[in-house]
Amino acid sequence: MKIVVCVKQVPDSAARVVVEDGRVTWGDAPLVINPWDEYAVEAALLQSEAHDGSVTVATIGPESAKDALKHALAMGCGEAILISDAALTDIDSQGAAKVLAAAIQKIGEVDTAFFGRQAIDGDMGVTAAQTARALGWPMLSLVSKVLALDPGARTVRVSRATEEGQQLVDANLPCVMSVGKDIAEPRYPSFMGIRKASRAVIPTWSLADLGVPAPAAVVRWPELLNPPAREVKTEMITGASVQEIAETLVDKILAEKVL
Amino acid sequence: MSNNVWVFIDQFKGKGHPGSWEALGAGRSLAEELGGGVTALVIGEQAQAVAGEAFQYGADEVLFADDASLADYRAEPYTALIVKLVGQARPEVLLFPTTTRGRELAAMTAIDLETGVMPDVTALEVQDGQVVATRPVYAGKLLSKVVCSARPQVITTRIRAFPSLPPGVGRSGSAAKVEPAMAGESIATRVVEYAESGGGVSLSDAGVIVSGGRGVSNNPALNPPVGMDEKQAEIWRAQQGFKLVGELAGVLGAAVGASRAAVDAGYIPYEYQVGQTGKVVSPDLYIACGISGAIQHQAGMRTSKVIVAINKDPEAPIFKLARFGVVGDLFQVLPALTEAFRKKLNK
Repeated sequence: MKIVVCVKQVPDSAARVVVEDGRVTWGDAPLVINPWDEYAVEAALLQSEAHDGSVTVATIGPESAKDALKHALAMGCGEAILISDAALTDIDSQGAAKVLAAAIQKIGEVDTAFFGRQAIDGDMGVTAAQTARALGWPMLSLVSKVLALDPGARTVRVSRATEEGQQLVDANLPCVMSVGKDIAEPRYPSFMGIRKASRAVIPTWSLADLGVPAPAAVVRWPELLNPPAREVKTEMITGASVQEIAETLVDKILAEKVL
Repeated sequence: MSNNVWVFIDQFKGKGHPGSWEALGAGRSLAEELGGGVTALVIGEQAQAVAGEAFQYGADEVLFADDASLADYRAEPYTALIVKLVGQARPEVLLFPTTTRGRELAAMTAIDLETGVMPDVTALEVQDGQVVATRPVYAGKLLSKVVCSARPQVITTRIRAFPSLPPGVGRSGSAAKVEPAMAGESIATRVVEYAESGGGVSLSDAGVIVSGGRGVSNNPALNPPVGMDEKQAEIWRAQQGFKLVGELAGVLGAAVGASRAAVDAGYIPYEYQVGQTGKVVSPDLYIACGISGAIQHQAGMRTSKVIVAINKDPEAPIFKLARFGVVGDLFQVLPALTEAFRKKLNK
């Protein structure tokens, strides 16, 4: 049972992100593993433990993105791969998907690849499905639960979240899964895991190593803006009794014509 | 001449998702600038009623597939059919509503058609024949203008960000049936069953949301049943608090939401979470009860039209976003508010 989990390094969710001179900045907030991807790492580790498998964590990014890989190694992943190339600086999601698909093929004989639902920087939420498509594998989005995975029979049954509830679906392996927060609480890196991760030698693969040409971005971001400030004048509702407060508040809400 | 704008109509069991009509409305505005009409694409089994509705909401042409292999939503056969039809017609723009299905199909279609996807956009304009989309990034902390140089420009429209057209009763156009692009037995996924959530209003497309936070467990007047340990008692208290939230939601026909703190504490399941790592919502009215308003929560609800905050801490950051605030004990304010709404709305 060979599992790959794809992660991304992003600014911490508590960071104050602003645009200065047209560029994004988050001050001295730390770069962390994308919080959604921690759920994907957990899902991968659970399947690996259940089926005596191995987990390889992969990311696209600069040398400093190795910190995100080390977090996943400390959680328990066996191996890590950094995909790094000067030609990958301005790729779009299509390019990222093709590169990740090539890496998954180079790793070889992968049964399933896990992704988080989206990265909290670009909020795109498309890379998992696009990687599946680039691989020609079935896609199981927003998996809440892996109910049964049979590496021998090459099948998996999952419950996945949709607007209406849960869809129970079977798929053939290999497949790509993206997971939500309901899959399982991510484990904390263990002390031993952190020590192991700090000593890990992480190979770097270039586009030449993957044997793919530099992807040409078709989606571009010509402009970044700070959102207009929310012009809100807060009116505090007070009154002699809680009933009076409630009635005043109801009148005010009804006057806003939002009901 | 084939149409420049195509819109995928998301439907579940023969009922169109309201986001589909919003995407059609956005499509009509684009078609006015790009020229030509709007083609709607309905995929399913026995979904002709949805095709009829698509005309009412602004489609000039409807293509509908009606086949047992398409009865349940599955990404591969749906993608294959969209790619086949769109690949032949080569429209300028292909729109989807940002539902779970729409986002996934847009992503996969873009790969097959060797173009790019711009998901979850909140505004669209046309400059020199090119669509310029606006999308929130970093959980709405920033906005990004986005363009796609390849065709079609694949876009998903954020739910509740675009108005749908008022339905034109009796409006119609040309309808054509299309055949599936994949044979049923060659599809690598099989839907076993659905477990639909227990009624309730869906958070993502709710017009009104009443949310509870950590504060819903703080009612000292409640005595938990004997034999509970501290954590069980806390959750029991929180559930009593969420009952009050639910009662107000019931009177308003609203969906119930929750903060991450409430979900992490085990008060309510994750599917109710509003925020950066939960659902991003944009209702007309958002009532936050016992929610302090951490930045992660704000990211999920800051675009709500009118925000009301009830919190006992006058310094809670949620008040900075709120149009109306009440500093007080939510266990007294909520029942009084429910009662006052019931009276005024005659319910």
